[in-house]
Amino acid sequence: MLWLIPALPIVAAGIAALLKQPRRKTAASLAIGSMLGSLFVSLVAFVYVVAGSAHGGVVRETYNFTWIQTGAAQVDLGWVLDPLSAVMMLMVSFVGLLIFIYSLGYMAEDENFTRFFCFLSLFAGAMLGVVISNSLLLLFMCWELVGLTSYLLIGFWYQKPSAAAAAKKAFLTTRVGDVFFLLGIVWLFSQTGTLLFYNGGAGSMEPLNLLWLAANPSGWGLTAAGAIGLLIFAGAAGKSGQLPLHVWLPDAMEGPTPVSALIHAATMVAAGVYLIAHVYPLMHAGMPAGGTTIALQVVTWVGASTAVFAALIAVAQNDIKRILAYSTVSQLGYMMAGLGMGGVAVGMFHLITHAFFKALLFMGAGSVIHGCHEEQDIRRMGGLKSDMPTTFLTYAIGMLALCGFPLFFSGFWSKDGILEAATHWDISKGPFYMLAFGALLTAFYMTRQVSYVFFGNWRGHGHAHESPAVMTRPLAVLAFFAIALGAIGTPAWPWFRGFIEGRAVEVDWAGFAEPGLMTLMLVSSTIVLLGLGLGVWIYGSKTVKADAPDALEKAIPPVWTVLQNKFYVDELYDATVIAFYAWWAKVADWLDRRVWGGAVAGVIWLFGGGAQLSRLTDVYWVNGGFDKGCEELTNSGGLLSRVQSGKVQTYLRLLALAVVVLAAILIWSSRG
Amino acid sequence: MSVAFWLIAALTVAGALAAVLLKNLVHCALAVTAAFLGLALMFLELDAQFAGFAQILVYIGAVAILVVFAILLTRGSETPEKEIGVFSRTWLAGLIVAAAVFAVLGWAVLQSAAGLPHEAAVPAVSVQQIGQALMGQYVLPLEIVALLLTAATIGAVIVAMHEKGDAQ
Amino acid sequence: MTPLGGYLLVAALLFAIGLAGALTRRNAILVLIGIELMLNAANLNLIAFWRFSPHPEALTGMMFAIFSIAVAAAEAAVGLGLVISIYRHARTTDLDKMNRMKG
Repeated sequence: MLWLIPALPIVAAGIAALLKQPRRKTAASLAIGSMLGSLFVSLVAFVYVVAGSAHGGVVRETYNFTWIQTGAAQVDLGWVLDPLSAVMMLMVSFVGLLIFIYSLGYMAEDENFTRFFCFLSLFAGAMLGVVISNSLLLLFMCWELVGLTSYLLIGFWYQKPSAAAAAKKAFLTTRVGDVFFLLGIVWLFSQTGTLLFYNGGAGSMEPLNLLWLAANPSGWGLTAAGAIGLLIFAGAAGKSGQLPLHVWLPDAMEGPTPVSALIHAATMVAAGVYLIAHVYPLMHAGMPAGGTTIALQVVTWVGASTAVFAALIAVAQNDIKRILAYSTVSQLGYMMAGLGMGGVAVGMFHLITHAFFKALLFMGAGSVIHGCHEEQDIRRMGGLKSDMPTTFLTYAIGMLALCGFPLFFSGFWSKDGILEAATHWDISKGPFYMLAFGALLTAFYMTRQVSYVFFGNWRGHGHAHESPAVMTRPLAVLAFFAIALGAIGTPAWPWFRGFIEGRAVEVDWAGFAEPGLMTLMLVSSTIVLLGLGLGVWIYGSKTVKADAPDALEKAIPPVWTVLQNKFYVDELYDATVIAFYAWWAKVADWLDRRVWGGAVAGVIWLFGGGAQLSRLTDVYWVNGGFDKGCEELTNSGGLLSRVQSGKVQTYLRLLALAVVVLAAILIWSSRG
Repeated sequence: MSVAFWLIAALTVAGALAAVLLKNLVHCALAVTAAFLGLALMFLELDAQFAGFAQILVYIGAVAILVVFAILLTRGSETPEKEIGVFSRTWLAGLIVAAAVFAVLGWAVLQSAAGLPHEAAVPAVSVQQIGQALMGQYVLPLEIVALLLTAATIGAVIVAMHEKGDAQ
Repeated sequence: MTPLGGYLLVAALLFAIGLAGALTRRNAILVLIGIELMLNAANLNLIAFWRFSPHPEALTGMMFAIFSIAVAAAEAAVGLGLVISIYRHARTTDLDKMNRMKG
C-alpha cells in the first residue's frame, strides 16, 4: 500500500504533462488532489507506526521484490515503513500540500501554470519515493529523479539566462556528489551482495552485514563500512549543500519562490540528511565504546564548518531569498553535525522543525516579493509591517523559530538538542563553539533582514499590498506548527527521540533536571538574545536610504566585501575546476574530430572503395561474363540451326559423313 | 591386272566423271550411259555374264531412257542462270565428304590387301544354274521383287499422273 | 595389288564419284544419276567378291547383284516420277531452292 504515496503524485504529473496548456484548474486540482491522497496514506501509515511502537520496540515493515536476477546475484527493490520513514513522509506530504496550495496564488499570473504543477507533482512523487525506499538502488533512482525535477523547476523561467545557468550549476554540482554516491553503492553491493536496507536480517543495515563490513579494512585506517559511508556522505553533501558543494544552492533562488520553499528548504536538501540518517547504522558500525567512527567525525566537522561558513556569508547578502538560502545551507550543516554527534533522532528532529519554519520563511518572502511587485532586494523594501500584517506576523514567528528563541519555538528545542549532543562529544569541543557562533550569527542576520524588510521607511516604488488568502493561510498553518512541534522534543517529553529509537516515552518533568541541561539552555538563550540585540542595535528601526551602504559595511569594509562575495568560492571553482574541464573538453573534441573522425573517415573510404570495386567487378566481370556467355550460346545456336537448312543435299552429306565415321571406327577396331 | 581391266576401268571412271561434271543434262545422261556400259564390260570380265547382260538390258535400256525422259519433261524450267551455275553453292563441302568416303573405303581396301585372294578358279556358271537358283533357293526374293516392281510401276504412274489434273 | 583389290578400288572410286555428284549438283535428276552410279558401284563390289570367293557355285553374289539391279530400276522409276511431280509444283528442279524441309 505504501507505494501509493509516491505513485499518486507521479501519476498526476504524467496526466498533467499530457494536458494542453491552459487547463489550469485540472492541473492544479490533479496535483493538490494527489498530494492530499499521499498525505492521507502517510497519516494512516504514521498512526500505524505510532500504535505499533506504543508498546516499545521498533516497528519496521518492509516489502521487497526482486528486480533483476543474474545468476547468483540479484538486485532487489522495496519500500520500508519504520518510524524514520513514517515521520519523513508525513512531513513531506504535509508541507508539500501547503506549498501546492500556496502556489495556486503565487503562480496565478504565470502563463506556464500547468507545466509548473506538472513538475511540482513529479518532484513530490520522486521525493516521496526517496523517503519510502528500502533499497539503495531505488533510493538512488528517485534521488536522480529529484535532481532532474529540481533542475526543471530551478530553470522554470528558462528564458532568463541566469535561471538556465543556475539550473545547470545545480545539476552539475549535485552530480559530482552523485558520482561518489554511486561508487559507494557499488562497493556496498560488492561487499554484501544486497542493496536493501532491511530484509529480515539479511539487509545491508542489519547487524549481520554490518559486522562484516565493520571488520573489513579498506585503506587509510578506514573500515569498509566507514569508506562506504563516506562515499555516500559525499552524495548527501552534494544534495544538501555541504561545504565544498554548496555553491548551487544560493543560485537556485532563480526559481519561483514556491520552488525554493519546497525544494530548497523543506525537502530536497533534507534528502541528504535523510539519507545519512537512513544509513546511520553503516556509519555507526564498528564504533568503539565511548568514541566514534571516522565517518561520523567527518560528517560532524563538515557540518559544523558549513554552518559557520554559510552564516558568515548570509550576513552580507542583500537579496531576501539569498539570505534565506545561505541560512538553509547553514542549518543543513547543523543537521549534519547533529547526526554526527547525537545520532538519528537529534538530526532528524532539527530537520523536521527546520522544514516547517524554513518553508514558512520562504513562503513569507514570496509573499513579500509578490506584494512589492517582484522586488527582491531588501534595500528597496521597508516598513512592511503595517502594509502586510499577516505576512509580518507569520514571518516573525518563523524568524524567531529559526534563531532558536527560547522556550516557545520549536527551533529552540531542536537546536538545543544538537548543542547538547555537541557538549557531550568527547572528541573535541570545536564543533560546539562553531555551532554556538553560528547561532549568534543566525540571530544577527535574521534580525538584519527583518529590520530591513519590515521596519523602517518604505524605499521601494509603488505601493505594497497584502497577499491573497490563498497565500497567507498556508503561512498561518506553518506558523502554528513552527511553535507546536517544539512540544515533542523537549527533554521533559522526548517523544520524538523515543519514537525514532523505538522506546515508549512518558512525560517526565524531571527530565529538565539532567545535569548541565539547564546551563546549556541558559547559554543558548543568551547567545540568541545577544545576536538579536546586536542586530537591533546596528540596524534597528532606522530610516535608511535605499542606496546607502550597509552599516556594517561602513565599519569593516574589507570583511564585508569578502562576505558579500561569498568568500570567492565560485571564482575559485571557475578558475580551477571549470577551467580544467574546458581544457579537457577541448582535448576530447580534438581527439574526436581528428583521431576518431579520421578513423571513421578512413573506414568509410575503405568501404566506399570496396563498394566501388565490387560494383566494377559486377559490371565488367559478372555482367560481361554473363553477357558474353549468353552471346556465345546464341551464336552457337545460330550456327547449329544452320544444319537444318531444309535442303536434301545437306542431309545427305551428313549421312555420308556419319557413314565415314562409322566405317573408320569399324576398320580401326577390327584392325586392333 | 590385265590391260583390258585398266581400259574398261578408265572408260567407266571417265564416264562417271563426265556424268557428274558436265553442264548439259543430256550430255550427263549419255555419259552415265557410257559408265553403265563400262560396268557391264567389267561384269563380263569377271565372268558374270548374266549380270553383265542384265546390266545392259536394265540400266542402259531402261534407266538411262527414263532419265532422258525425265530430263525432257522437266527441261522447260531449266533456264540455267549463267551466274548461278550447275553446282550447289556449298559444293566444296559435298566434295570433301565424298573424298572422305573414298579415303575410308580405299584405306579399308589397301589395309586388307594382304588378306585378299590372288587367284581363283574361273567359276563355271551356266544360265541353267541361275534359273534353277532363282526358282529354287531364291524363289521368295524373286516373288517379292516382282511385287516391288509392280508397286513401283503403279506408284510411279500415280505420282506422275496425279498432278495432271491440277497442272491444268 | 591383287585383282580383287583393283576391282574394289574402282568400285570405291565410282561410289565416291557418284556420291560427289549427288551431293554437289543442283539438279534433282543429277542427284538420281549419282545414286544410280553408287548402286552400280555396289554391284561391282558384289560381283568382284563373288568371283573371288571360295564357293562361287553357290551363286550368292550373282543373285544379290541381279536383285539389286532390279530394285535399282524400280527405285529409279519412282524417283523420277517424284521429280516430275515436284517440278510440276515448284516449277524448278533446283535443289538449292527447295528448303521446305527446314523446321
